[in-house]
Amino acid sequence: MSFILARLFSALLVVFGVLCLVFFLIHWVPGDPVEVMLGESARAADREALRQALGLDRPLGVQFLHYLDGLLHLDLGTSLHSQRPIGEILLERLPATAELSVAALLVAVAIAFPLGVLSAVHKDSVWDHLAMGVSLGGVAVPNFLLGPLLILFFSLWLGWFPVSGRDGLASLVLPALTLGTALAAILSRMLRASLLEVLGEDYIRTARAKGLAPRVVIWKHALRNALLPVITLLGLQLGALLAGAVITEVVFAWPGVGQLVIEAIQRRDYPLVQASVLLISLIYVVVNTLTDVAYALADPRLRVGGGR
Amino acid sequence: MARLLGLWLPLAVVALWALAALLGPWLPLSPDTIHLPRILQPPGAGSLLGYDDLGRSLAARVVSGAQTSFLVALWVVAISASLGTALGATSAYLGGAWDQVIVRIIDIFLAFPGILLAIALAGILGPGIDNVVLALSVVGWVGFARLARAQVLSLKQREHVQAARVLGAGPLRILYRHLLPLILAPLIVEASFGVAGVVIAEAGLSFLGLGVQPPAASWGSMIRDGARYLLVAPHMVMVPGVALALVVLAVNLLGDRLRDRLDVRRWRA
Repeated sequence: MSFILARLFSALLVVFGVLCLVFFLIHWVPGDPVEVMLGESARAADREALRQALGLDRPLGVQFLHYLDGLLHLDLGTSLHSQRPIGEILLERLPATAELSVAALLVAVAIAFPLGVLSAVHKDSVWDHLAMGVSLGGVAVPNFLLGPLLILFFSLWLGWFPVSGRDGLASLVLPALTLGTALAAILSRMLRASLLEVLGEDYIRTARAKGLAPRVVIWKHALRNALLPVITLLGLQLGALLAGAVITEVVFAWPGVGQLVIEAIQRRDYPLVQASVLLISLIYVVVNTLTDVAYALADPRLRVGGGR
Repeated sequence: MARLLGLWLPLAVVALWALAALLGPWLPLSPDTIHLPRILQPPGAGSLLGYDDLGRSLAARVVSGAQTSFLVALWVVAISASLGTALGATSAYLGGAWDQVIVRIIDIFLAFPGILLAIALAGILGPGIDNVVLALSVVGWVGFARLARAQVLSLKQREHVQAARVLGAGPLRILYRHLLPLILAPLIVEASFGVAGVVIAEAGLSFLGLGVQPPAASWGSMIRDGARYLLVAPHMVMVPGVALALVVLAVNLLGDRLRDRLDVRRWRA
Protein backbone atom coordinates (compact mmCIF):
# COMPACT_ATOMS: atom_id res chain seq x y z
CA MET A 1 0.00 0.00 0.00
CA SER A 2 2.71 2.44 0.94
CA PHE A 3 4.41 1.78 -2.38
CA ILE A 4 1.25 2.85 -4.15
CA LEU A 5 0.92 5.96 -1.98
CA ALA A 6 4.55 6.88 -2.62
CA ARG A 7 4.03 6.35 -6.33
CA LEU A 8 0.94 8.58 -6.33
CA PHE A 9 2.78 11.26 -4.38
CA SER A 10 5.68 11.28 -6.80
CA ALA A 11 3.20 11.42 -9.67
CA LEU A 12 1.71 14.54 -8.11
CA LEU A 13 5.16 16.10 -7.88
CA VAL A 14 5.79 15.26 -11.50
CA VAL A 15 2.45 16.77 -12.51
CA PHE A 16 3.37 19.99 -10.75
CA GLY A 17 6.77 19.94 -12.45
CA VAL A 18 5.11 19.44 -15.80
CA LEU A 19 2.82 22.41 -15.11
CA CYS A 20 5.80 24.61 -14.30
CA LEU A 21 7.86 23.40 -17.25
CA VAL A 22 5.08 24.02 -19.77
CA PHE A 23 4.30 27.45 -18.33
CA PHE A 24 7.86 28.70 -18.12
CA LEU A 25 8.92 27.26 -21.45
CA ILE A 26 6.16 29.15 -23.14
CA HIS A 27 6.75 32.37 -21.24
CA TRP A 28 10.52 32.47 -21.23
CA VAL A 29 11.06 31.64 -24.82
CA PRO A 30 12.13 34.67 -26.85
CA GLY A 31 9.46 36.16 -29.07
CA ASP A 32 6.48 38.22 -28.16
CA PRO A 33 3.07 36.69 -28.86
CA VAL A 34 1.52 40.12 -29.01
CA GLU A 35 3.92 41.21 -31.73
CA VAL A 36 3.29 38.00 -33.63
CA MET A 37 -0.48 38.41 -33.35
CA LEU A 38 -0.63 42.03 -34.38
CA GLY A 39 2.31 42.16 -36.73
CA GLU A 40 5.34 44.39 -36.49
CA SER A 41 3.57 47.44 -37.83
CA ALA A 42 1.01 47.58 -35.01
CA ARG A 43 0.79 50.75 -32.96
CA ALA A 44 2.33 50.69 -29.51
CA ALA A 45 -0.99 51.58 -27.90
CA ASP A 46 -2.75 48.62 -29.54
CA ARG A 47 0.01 46.30 -28.40
CA GLU A 48 -0.29 47.61 -24.87
CA ALA A 49 -4.05 47.14 -24.91
CA LEU A 50 -3.79 43.54 -26.10
CA ARG A 51 -1.02 42.82 -23.62
CA GLN A 52 -3.25 44.10 -20.85
CA ALA A 53 -6.23 42.12 -22.11
CA LEU A 54 -4.17 38.94 -22.10
CA GLY A 55 -2.68 39.72 -18.71
CA LEU A 56 0.82 39.64 -20.17
CA ASP A 57 1.77 42.97 -18.57
CA ARG A 58 1.75 41.49 -15.09
CA PRO A 59 4.86 40.02 -13.44
CA LEU A 60 5.58 36.43 -14.43
CA GLY A 61 5.01 35.15 -10.89
CA VAL A 62 1.55 36.69 -10.79
CA GLN A 63 0.72 35.23 -14.17
CA PHE A 64 1.87 31.82 -12.96
CA LEU A 65 -0.30 31.99 -9.84
CA HIS A 66 -3.23 33.12 -11.92
CA TYR A 67 -2.61 30.19 -14.27
CA LEU A 68 -2.45 27.69 -11.39
CA ASP A 69 -5.58 29.19 -9.87
CA GLY A 70 -7.37 28.78 -13.18
CA LEU A 71 -6.23 25.16 -13.46
CA LEU A 72 -7.57 24.41 -9.98
CA HIS A 73 -10.97 25.58 -11.20
CA LEU A 74 -10.50 23.62 -14.42
CA ASP A 75 -10.35 26.93 -16.23
CA LEU A 76 -7.78 26.63 -19.02
CA GLY A 77 -8.31 30.11 -20.36
CA THR A 78 -9.54 31.29 -23.72
CA SER A 79 -8.17 30.53 -27.14
CA LEU A 80 -6.61 33.61 -28.72
CA HIS A 81 -7.71 32.53 -32.15
CA SER A 82 -11.28 31.34 -31.75
CA GLN A 83 -12.02 33.22 -28.52
CA ARG A 84 -13.66 30.09 -27.12
CA PRO A 85 -12.94 28.46 -23.76
CA ILE A 86 -10.01 26.09 -24.21
CA GLY A 87 -11.55 23.39 -22.08
CA GLU A 88 -14.44 23.19 -24.51
CA ILE A 89 -12.12 22.92 -27.53
CA LEU A 90 -10.07 20.17 -25.92
CA LEU A 91 -13.16 18.17 -24.98
CA GLU A 92 -14.28 18.35 -28.60
CA ARG A 93 -10.98 16.99 -29.84
CA LEU A 94 -10.26 14.41 -27.17
CA PRO A 95 -12.59 11.63 -28.40
CA ALA A 96 -10.90 11.51 -31.81
CA THR A 97 -7.46 11.13 -30.27
CA ALA A 98 -8.69 8.55 -27.78
CA GLU A 99 -10.31 6.57 -30.58
CA LEU A 100 -7.14 6.67 -32.66
CA SER A 101 -4.87 5.72 -29.74
CA VAL A 102 -7.00 2.78 -28.65
CA ALA A 103 -7.29 1.51 -32.21
CA ALA A 104 -3.53 1.87 -32.69
CA LEU A 105 -2.93 0.01 -29.46
CA LEU A 106 -5.14 -2.84 -30.66
CA VAL A 107 -3.32 -2.93 -34.00
CA ALA A 108 0.02 -2.98 -32.19
CA VAL A 109 -1.00 -5.82 -29.90
CA ALA A 110 -2.56 -7.77 -32.77
CA ILE A 111 0.69 -7.57 -34.76
CA ALA A 112 3.19 -7.83 -31.93
CA PHE A 113 1.66 -10.65 -29.97
CA PRO A 114 1.81 -13.45 -32.54
CA LEU A 115 5.05 -12.12 -33.96
CA GLY A 116 6.77 -11.89 -30.58
CA VAL A 117 5.61 -15.33 -29.45
CA LEU A 118 6.47 -17.03 -32.75
CA SER A 119 9.92 -15.50 -32.91
CA ALA A 120 10.73 -16.43 -29.31
CA VAL A 121 9.40 -19.98 -29.55
CA HIS A 122 11.04 -20.60 -32.91
CA LYS A 123 14.20 -18.69 -32.25
CA ASP A 124 16.43 -18.21 -35.32
CA SER A 125 13.71 -19.54 -37.61
CA VAL A 126 12.08 -17.82 -40.55
CA TRP A 127 9.52 -16.37 -38.14
CA ASP A 128 12.26 -14.90 -36.02
CA HIS A 129 13.90 -13.25 -39.02
CA LEU A 130 10.54 -11.96 -40.21
CA ALA A 131 9.82 -10.48 -36.80
CA MET A 132 13.27 -8.93 -36.76
CA GLY A 133 12.64 -7.42 -40.18
CA VAL A 134 9.28 -6.02 -39.12
CA SER A 135 10.67 -4.48 -35.99
CA LEU A 136 13.63 -2.93 -37.80
CA GLY A 137 11.30 -1.64 -40.50
CA GLY A 138 8.94 -0.25 -37.88
CA VAL A 139 11.80 1.75 -36.42
CA ALA A 140 13.23 2.91 -39.74
CA VAL A 141 9.94 3.94 -41.35
CA PRO A 142 8.55 6.77 -39.22
CA ASN A 143 4.82 7.40 -39.30
CA PHE A 144 5.06 10.52 -41.44
CA LEU A 145 6.53 8.26 -44.14
CA LEU A 146 4.40 5.18 -43.52
CA GLY A 147 1.21 7.27 -43.54
CA PRO A 148 1.64 8.67 -47.07
CA LEU A 149 2.77 5.24 -48.33
CA LEU A 150 -0.36 3.59 -46.93
CA ILE A 151 -2.49 6.35 -48.43
CA LEU A 152 -0.84 5.79 -51.79
CA PHE A 153 -1.41 2.02 -51.82
CA PHE A 154 -4.72 1.58 -50.03
CA SER A 155 -6.54 4.82 -50.77
CA LEU A 156 -5.28 6.09 -54.09
CA TRP A 157 -4.41 2.86 -55.90
CA LEU A 158 -6.80 0.35 -54.34
CA GLY A 159 -9.46 2.79 -53.19
CA TRP A 160 -10.26 0.77 -50.07
CA PHE A 161 -10.10 3.53 -47.48
CA PRO A 162 -10.64 7.29 -47.47
CA VAL A 163 -7.52 9.42 -47.88
CA SER A 164 -8.13 11.54 -44.80
CA GLY A 165 -10.64 12.87 -42.32
CA ARG A 166 -12.69 11.14 -39.67
CA ASP A 167 -15.83 9.63 -41.09
CA GLY A 168 -16.75 6.18 -39.93
CA LEU A 169 -14.74 3.06 -39.26
CA ALA A 170 -13.09 2.87 -42.69
CA SER A 171 -11.37 6.19 -42.10
CA LEU A 172 -9.86 4.88 -38.86
CA VAL A 173 -8.04 1.93 -40.45
CA LEU A 174 -5.08 3.67 -42.05
CA PRO A 175 -4.33 6.11 -39.20
CA ALA A 176 -4.51 3.26 -36.67
CA LEU A 177 -2.21 1.11 -38.81
CA THR A 178 0.24 3.98 -39.21
CA LEU A 179 0.34 4.75 -35.53
CA GLY A 180 0.18 1.12 -34.37
CA THR A 181 2.97 -0.29 -36.52
CA ALA A 182 5.78 1.59 -34.81
CA LEU A 183 4.51 0.42 -31.45
CA ALA A 184 4.12 -3.12 -32.75
CA ALA A 185 7.77 -3.12 -33.77
CA ILE A 186 8.95 -2.23 -30.29
CA LEU A 187 6.39 -4.40 -28.56
CA SER A 188 7.22 -7.58 -30.49
CA ARG A 189 10.92 -7.21 -29.69
CA MET A 190 10.16 -6.66 -26.02
CA LEU A 191 7.84 -9.64 -25.92
CA ARG A 192 10.42 -11.81 -27.65
CA ALA A 193 13.19 -10.83 -25.23
CA SER A 194 10.97 -11.25 -22.20
CA LEU A 195 9.64 -14.60 -23.37
CA LEU A 196 13.11 -15.92 -24.17
CA GLU A 197 14.23 -15.03 -20.67
CA VAL A 198 11.26 -16.80 -19.09
CA LEU A 199 11.66 -19.86 -21.32
CA GLY A 200 15.08 -20.40 -19.79
CA GLU A 201 13.66 -20.67 -16.26
CA ASP A 202 13.63 -23.87 -14.24
CA TYR A 203 9.86 -24.06 -13.88
CA ILE A 204 9.49 -24.15 -17.63
CA ARG A 205 11.83 -27.13 -17.75
CA THR A 206 9.79 -28.74 -15.00
CA ALA A 207 6.57 -28.13 -16.89
CA ARG A 208 8.08 -29.63 -20.01
CA ALA A 209 9.58 -32.54 -18.09
CA LYS A 210 6.25 -33.51 -16.61
CA GLY A 211 4.98 -33.90 -20.13
CA LEU A 212 2.79 -30.86 -20.68
CA ALA A 213 2.03 -30.02 -24.28
CA PRO A 214 4.32 -27.28 -25.64
CA ARG A 215 1.25 -25.15 -26.26
CA VAL A 216 0.25 -25.28 -22.61
CA VAL A 217 3.78 -24.56 -21.43
CA ILE A 218 4.02 -21.50 -23.62
CA TRP A 219 0.56 -20.04 -23.20
CA LYS A 220 -0.06 -20.91 -19.59
CA HIS A 221 3.32 -20.97 -17.93
CA ALA A 222 5.64 -18.79 -19.92
CA LEU A 223 3.50 -16.07 -21.41
CA ARG A 224 1.86 -15.16 -18.15
CA ASN A 225 5.18 -14.31 -16.58
CA ALA A 226 6.66 -12.81 -19.70
CA LEU A 227 3.80 -10.35 -20.01
CA LEU A 228 4.38 -8.40 -16.81
CA PRO A 229 7.47 -6.46 -17.89
CA VAL A 230 5.93 -5.98 -21.32
CA ILE A 231 2.87 -4.35 -19.79
CA THR A 232 5.00 -1.90 -17.82
CA LEU A 233 6.92 -0.97 -20.92
CA LEU A 234 3.65 -0.66 -22.79
CA GLY A 235 2.64 2.07 -20.36
CA LEU A 236 5.89 3.88 -21.03
CA GLN A 237 5.45 3.48 -24.76
CA LEU A 238 2.11 5.22 -24.56
CA GLY A 239 4.00 8.50 -24.47
CA ALA A 240 5.52 7.68 -27.81
CA LEU A 241 2.08 6.70 -29.04
CA LEU A 242 0.56 10.02 -27.99
CA ALA A 243 3.40 11.98 -29.52
CA GLY A 244 3.15 9.88 -32.66
CA ALA A 245 -0.54 10.68 -32.72
CA VAL A 246 0.37 14.33 -33.34
CA ILE A 247 2.12 13.48 -36.60
CA THR A 248 -0.36 10.79 -37.61
CA GLU A 249 -3.26 13.16 -37.08
CA VAL A 250 -1.59 15.74 -39.27
CA VAL A 251 -0.94 13.17 -42.01
CA PHE A 252 -4.56 12.03 -42.09
CA ALA A 253 -6.24 15.33 -41.16
CA TRP A 254 -7.62 13.48 -38.14
CA PRO A 255 -9.38 16.07 -35.96
CA GLY A 256 -7.78 15.22 -32.62
CA VAL A 257 -5.73 16.96 -29.95
CA GLY A 258 -2.49 16.34 -31.87
CA GLN A 259 -3.66 18.23 -34.91
CA LEU A 260 -4.93 20.92 -32.55
CA VAL A 261 -1.40 21.37 -31.15
CA ILE A 262 0.00 21.98 -34.61
CA GLU A 263 -2.85 24.30 -35.61
CA ALA A 264 -2.36 26.25 -32.38
CA ILE A 265 1.38 26.52 -33.02
CA GLN A 266 0.79 27.78 -36.54
CA ARG A 267 -1.68 30.38 -35.29
CA ARG A 268 0.56 31.39 -32.37
CA ASP A 269 -2.31 30.57 -30.05
CA TYR A 270 -0.08 30.19 -26.99
CA PRO A 271 -2.73 29.47 -24.35
CA LEU A 272 -4.06 26.70 -26.55
CA VAL A 273 -0.57 25.24 -27.19
CA GLN A 274 0.09 25.33 -23.47
CA ALA A 275 -3.18 23.65 -22.57
CA SER A 276 -3.03 20.92 -25.19
CA VAL A 277 0.60 20.01 -24.44
CA LEU A 278 -0.36 19.94 -20.79
CA LEU A 279 -3.32 17.68 -21.48
CA ILE A 280 -1.27 15.14 -23.45
CA SER A 281 1.47 15.13 -20.81
CA LEU A 282 -1.04 14.68 -18.01
CA ILE A 283 -2.63 11.71 -19.77
CA TYR A 284 0.84 10.23 -20.08
CA VAL A 285 1.66 10.74 -16.40
CA VAL A 286 -1.67 9.31 -15.29
CA VAL A 287 -1.32 6.22 -17.48
CA ASN A 288 2.24 5.62 -16.31
CA THR A 289 1.23 5.92 -12.69
CA LEU A 290 -1.68 3.55 -13.19
CA THR A 291 0.62 1.05 -14.93
CA ASP A 292 3.05 1.15 -12.03
CA VAL A 293 0.27 0.71 -9.51
CA ALA A 294 -1.23 -2.16 -11.50
CA TYR A 295 2.18 -3.76 -11.71
CA ALA A 296 2.62 -3.46 -7.94
CA LEU A 297 -0.77 -5.04 -7.40
CA ALA A 298 0.09 -7.89 -9.75
CA ASP A 299 3.60 -8.54 -8.47
CA PRO A 300 3.78 -9.02 -4.69
CA ARG A 301 7.58 -8.83 -4.69
CA LEU A 302 7.51 -5.23 -5.77
CA ARG A 303 4.80 -4.34 -3.32
CA VAL A 304 6.70 -5.71 -0.37
CA GLY A 305 10.07 -4.41 -1.53
CA GLY A 306 8.74 -0.92 -2.11
CA GLY A 307 6.94 -0.85 1.23
CA ARG A 308 10.07 -1.33 3.23
CA MET B 1 26.26 -12.66 -45.46
CA ALA B 2 25.23 -11.53 -41.99
CA ARG B 3 28.42 -9.54 -41.78
CA LEU B 4 27.66 -7.88 -45.10
CA LEU B 5 24.10 -6.97 -44.10
CA GLY B 6 24.86 -6.09 -40.51
CA LEU B 7 28.13 -4.25 -40.92
CA TRP B 8 29.42 -3.35 -44.36
CA LEU B 9 26.20 -2.20 -46.01
CA PRO B 10 25.17 -0.04 -43.05
CA LEU B 11 28.69 1.36 -42.87
CA ALA B 12 28.54 2.20 -46.56
CA VAL B 13 25.16 3.93 -46.13
CA VAL B 14 26.38 5.98 -43.19
CA ALA B 15 29.60 6.88 -45.01
CA LEU B 16 27.58 7.97 -48.02
CA TRP B 17 25.33 10.05 -45.77
CA ALA B 18 28.31 11.74 -44.13
CA LEU B 19 30.03 12.31 -47.46
CA ALA B 20 26.89 13.79 -48.99
CA ALA B 21 26.55 16.07 -45.99
CA LEU B 22 30.17 17.17 -45.87
CA LEU B 23 30.95 17.37 -49.58
CA GLY B 24 27.47 18.45 -50.70
CA PRO B 25 28.25 22.17 -50.67
CA TRP B 26 31.23 21.61 -53.00
CA LEU B 27 29.43 19.38 -55.46
CA PRO B 28 28.07 20.98 -58.62
CA LEU B 29 24.49 20.60 -57.40
CA SER B 30 21.80 23.21 -57.39
CA PRO B 31 18.99 22.12 -55.08
CA ASP B 32 17.10 25.38 -55.50
CA THR B 33 17.35 25.76 -59.27
CA ILE B 34 13.98 25.51 -60.98
CA HIS B 35 13.66 23.64 -64.27
CA LEU B 36 10.14 24.49 -65.40
CA PRO B 37 9.91 21.90 -68.22
CA ARG B 38 10.82 19.13 -65.79
CA ILE B 39 8.13 19.70 -63.18
CA LEU B 40 7.09 16.41 -61.51
CA GLN B 41 9.25 14.42 -63.94
CA PRO B 42 9.72 10.87 -62.60
CA PRO B 43 13.13 9.27 -62.07
CA GLY B 44 14.78 7.86 -65.16
CA ALA B 45 17.62 8.24 -67.58
CA GLY B 46 18.51 11.88 -67.94
CA SER B 47 16.49 13.00 -64.94
CA LEU B 48 18.35 11.11 -62.17
CA LEU B 49 15.95 10.82 -59.22
CA GLY B 50 13.29 12.97 -60.83
CA TYR B 51 12.03 16.47 -60.17
CA ASP B 52 9.60 17.97 -57.67
CA ASP B 53 6.50 20.14 -58.08
CA LEU B 54 8.63 23.23 -58.64
CA GLY B 55 10.96 21.48 -61.06
CA ARG B 56 13.86 21.16 -58.63
CA SER B 57 16.17 18.17 -58.88
CA LEU B 58 15.34 15.62 -56.19
CA ALA B 59 18.86 14.19 -56.36
CA ALA B 60 20.30 17.56 -55.44
CA ARG B 61 17.67 18.07 -52.76
CA VAL B 62 18.27 14.68 -51.18
CA VAL B 63 21.96 15.53 -50.86
CA SER B 64 21.06 18.90 -49.40
CA GLY B 65 18.62 17.19 -47.01
CA ALA B 66 21.41 14.81 -45.97
CA GLN B 67 23.35 17.86 -44.91
CA THR B 68 20.48 19.11 -42.76
CA SER B 69 19.90 15.79 -41.01
CA PHE B 70 23.62 15.12 -40.53
CA LEU B 71 24.32 18.53 -39.05
CA VAL B 72 21.31 18.43 -36.75
CA ALA B 73 22.05 14.86 -35.62
CA LEU B 74 25.70 15.63 -34.92
CA TRP B 75 24.98 18.82 -32.99
CA VAL B 76 22.06 17.47 -30.99
CA VAL B 77 23.84 14.28 -29.98
CA ALA B 78 27.04 16.18 -29.14
CA ILE B 79 25.19 18.74 -27.02
CA SER B 80 22.86 16.30 -25.27
CA ALA B 81 25.56 13.71 -24.66
CA SER B 82 28.01 16.14 -23.09
CA LEU B 83 25.40 18.05 -21.12
CA GLY B 84 23.51 14.93 -20.02
CA THR B 85 26.65 13.04 -19.06
CA ALA B 86 28.04 15.97 -17.12
CA LEU B 87 24.79 16.47 -15.19
CA GLY B 88 24.11 12.79 -14.60
CA ALA B 89 27.65 11.88 -13.60
CA THR B 90 28.14 14.80 -11.20
CA SER B 91 24.70 14.21 -9.76
CA ALA B 92 25.52 10.58 -8.94
CA TYR B 93 29.02 11.30 -7.69
CA LEU B 94 28.23 14.27 -5.47
CA GLY B 95 24.88 12.95 -4.25
CA GLY B 96 22.93 14.93 -1.66
CA ALA B 97 20.66 17.83 -2.49
CA TRP B 98 22.18 18.35 -5.96
CA ASP B 99 21.39 14.75 -6.84
CA GLN B 100 17.82 15.14 -5.56
CA VAL B 101 17.26 18.19 -7.72
CA ILE B 102 18.70 16.55 -10.85
CA VAL B 103 16.68 13.37 -10.30
CA ARG B 104 13.49 15.39 -9.97
CA ILE B 105 14.25 17.33 -13.13
CA ILE B 106 14.98 14.11 -14.99
CA ASP B 107 11.69 12.65 -13.75
CA ILE B 108 9.77 15.66 -14.97
CA PHE B 109 11.38 15.57 -18.41
CA LEU B 110 10.74 11.85 -18.63
CA ALA B 111 7.11 12.54 -17.85
CA PHE B 112 6.81 14.24 -21.22
CA PRO B 113 6.54 12.37 -24.43
CA GLY B 114 9.89 13.70 -25.70
CA ILE B 115 8.97 14.50 -29.27
CA LEU B 116 5.87 16.37 -28.08
CA LEU B 117 8.02 18.66 -25.97
CA ALA B 118 10.29 19.16 -28.97
CA ILE B 119 7.30 19.94 -31.17
CA ALA B 120 6.00 22.49 -28.68
CA LEU B 121 9.44 24.05 -28.23
CA ALA B 122 10.24 24.18 -31.93
CA GLY B 123 6.79 25.64 -32.52
CA ILE B 124 7.30 28.36 -29.97
CA LEU B 125 10.89 29.12 -30.93
CA GLY B 126 9.93 29.31 -34.59
CA PRO B 127 11.39 27.43 -37.54
CA GLY B 128 15.11 27.32 -38.27
CA ILE B 129 17.88 24.78 -38.02
CA ASP B 130 19.35 26.25 -34.82
CA ASN B 131 15.97 26.16 -33.10
CA VAL B 132 15.55 22.53 -34.13
CA VAL B 133 18.93 21.73 -32.57
CA LEU B 134 17.94 23.60 -29.42
CA ALA B 135 14.53 21.94 -29.13
CA LEU B 136 15.89 18.43 -29.67
CA SER B 137 18.79 18.99 -27.26
CA VAL B 138 16.43 20.15 -24.52
CA VAL B 139 14.71 16.78 -24.89
CA GLY B 140 17.79 14.69 -25.67
CA TRP B 141 20.03 15.26 -22.65
CA VAL B 142 17.70 13.37 -20.29
CA GLY B 143 18.51 9.89 -21.61
CA PHE B 144 22.25 10.48 -21.30
CA ALA B 145 21.87 11.99 -17.83
CA ARG B 146 19.92 8.98 -16.60
CA LEU B 147 22.38 6.54 -18.09
CA ALA B 148 25.47 8.35 -16.81
CA ARG B 149 23.94 8.70 -13.36
CA ALA B 150 23.10 5.01 -13.08
CA GLN B 151 26.54 4.01 -14.31
CA VAL B 152 28.43 6.29 -11.93
CA LEU B 153 26.24 5.20 -9.02
CA SER B 154 27.23 1.60 -9.65
CA LEU B 155 30.93 2.44 -9.99
CA LYS B 156 31.67 5.15 -7.49
CA GLN B 157 32.44 2.79 -4.60
CA ARG B 158 35.02 0.87 -6.63
CA GLU B 159 38.46 0.56 -5.09
CA HIS B 160 40.27 2.54 -7.72
CA VAL B 161 37.92 5.46 -7.11
CA GLN B 162 38.46 5.25 -3.38
CA ALA B 163 42.19 5.04 -3.94
CA ALA B 164 42.10 8.15 -6.09
CA ARG B 165 40.09 9.93 -3.42
CA VAL B 166 42.53 8.96 -0.71
CA LEU B 167 45.37 10.19 -2.87
CA GLY B 168 43.66 13.57 -2.82
CA ALA B 169 42.10 13.76 -6.26
CA GLY B 170 39.19 16.20 -6.51
CA PRO B 171 35.71 15.19 -7.66
CA LEU B 172 36.19 16.63 -11.13
CA ARG B 173 39.44 14.79 -11.67
CA ILE B 174 37.98 11.51 -10.41
CA LEU B 175 34.92 11.88 -12.62
CA TYR B 176 36.94 12.73 -15.66
CA ARG B 177 39.96 10.45 -15.27
CA HIS B 178 38.62 7.52 -13.28
CA LEU B 179 34.91 7.21 -14.00
CA LEU B 180 34.25 8.63 -17.45
CA PRO B 181 36.46 6.10 -19.26
CA LEU B 182 34.51 3.28 -17.63
CA ILE B 183 31.08 4.57 -18.55
CA LEU B 184 32.04 5.56 -22.07
CA ALA B 185 30.96 2.33 -23.76
CA PRO B 186 27.26 2.47 -22.85
CA LEU B 187 27.24 6.19 -23.59
CA ILE B 188 28.64 5.59 -27.06
CA VAL B 189 25.99 2.97 -27.72
CA GLU B 190 23.30 5.33 -26.48
CA ALA B 191 24.71 8.08 -28.69
CA SER B 192 24.59 5.87 -31.77
CA PHE B 193 20.92 5.11 -31.22
CA GLY B 194 20.50 8.79 -30.40
CA VAL B 195 21.71 9.70 -33.89
CA ALA B 196 18.96 7.55 -35.44
CA GLY B 197 16.38 9.10 -33.13
CA VAL B 198 17.45 12.64 -33.96
CA VAL B 199 17.39 11.98 -37.71
CA ILE B 200 13.77 10.87 -37.39
CA ALA B 201 12.88 13.69 -35.02
CA GLU B 202 14.40 16.34 -37.30
CA ALA B 203 12.53 14.95 -40.29
CA GLY B 204 9.36 14.81 -38.17
CA LEU B 205 9.67 18.45 -37.13
CA SER B 206 10.37 19.47 -40.72
CA PHE B 207 7.41 17.39 -41.85
CA LEU B 208 5.25 19.44 -39.49
CA GLY B 209 6.70 22.64 -40.91
CA LEU B 210 8.66 23.34 -37.72
CA GLY B 211 12.12 22.53 -39.07
CA VAL B 212 14.31 24.20 -41.65
CA GLN B 213 12.79 27.02 -43.64
CA PRO B 214 12.12 26.72 -47.36
CA PRO B 215 13.83 26.68 -49.78
CA ALA B 216 16.35 24.77 -47.63
CA ALA B 217 15.78 21.03 -47.99
CA SER B 218 15.09 18.49 -45.29
CA TRP B 219 13.95 14.93 -45.94
CA GLY B 220 10.96 15.60 -43.69
CA SER B 221 9.80 18.69 -45.55
CA MET B 222 10.39 16.92 -48.87
CA ILE B 223 8.06 14.14 -47.74
CA ARG B 224 5.48 16.71 -46.70
CA ASP B 225 5.67 18.50 -50.07
CA GLY B 226 5.47 15.16 -51.86
CA ALA B 227 2.42 14.01 -49.91
CA ARG B 228 0.37 16.57 -51.85
CA TYR B 229 1.32 14.98 -55.18
CA LEU B 230 1.14 11.34 -54.09
CA LEU B 231 -0.92 10.10 -56.98
CA VAL B 232 0.83 11.95 -59.80
CA ALA B 233 4.37 11.94 -58.45
CA PRO B 234 4.93 9.26 -55.79
CA HIS B 235 8.68 9.61 -56.33
CA MET B 236 8.54 12.90 -54.45
CA VAL B 237 7.80 10.92 -51.27
CA MET B 238 9.76 7.80 -52.19
CA VAL B 239 13.13 9.43 -52.84
CA PRO B 240 13.52 11.27 -49.51
CA GLY B 241 11.64 8.45 -47.76
CA VAL B 242 14.07 5.80 -48.92
CA ALA B 243 17.03 7.99 -47.99
CA LEU B 244 15.62 8.54 -44.52
CA ALA B 245 14.72 4.89 -43.92
CA LEU B 246 18.12 3.68 -45.17
CA VAL B 247 20.07 6.03 -42.93
CA VAL B 248 17.96 5.27 -39.85
CA LEU B 249 18.15 1.55 -40.52
CA ALA B 250 21.91 1.67 -41.07
CA VAL B 251 22.57 3.70 -37.94
CA ASN B 252 20.39 1.34 -35.89
CA LEU B 253 22.14 -1.75 -37.26
CA LEU B 254 25.53 -0.22 -36.51
CA GLY B 255 24.28 0.65 -33.03
CA ASP B 256 23.27 -2.98 -32.48
CA ARG B 257 26.66 -4.09 -33.73
CA LEU B 258 28.44 -1.62 -31.47
CA ARG B 259 26.40 -2.71 -28.48
CA ASP B 260 27.27 -6.36 -29.01
CA ARG B 261 30.88 -5.46 -29.61
CA LEU B 262 31.18 -3.28 -26.51
CA ASP B 263 29.08 -5.77 -24.58
CA VAL B 264 26.57 -3.27 -23.32
CA ARG B 265 23.14 -4.37 -22.26
CA ARG B 266 20.79 -1.92 -23.79
CA TRP B 267 18.40 -0.67 -21.22
CA ARG B 268 15.97 2.05 -21.88
CA ALA B 269 12.47 3.05 -20.97
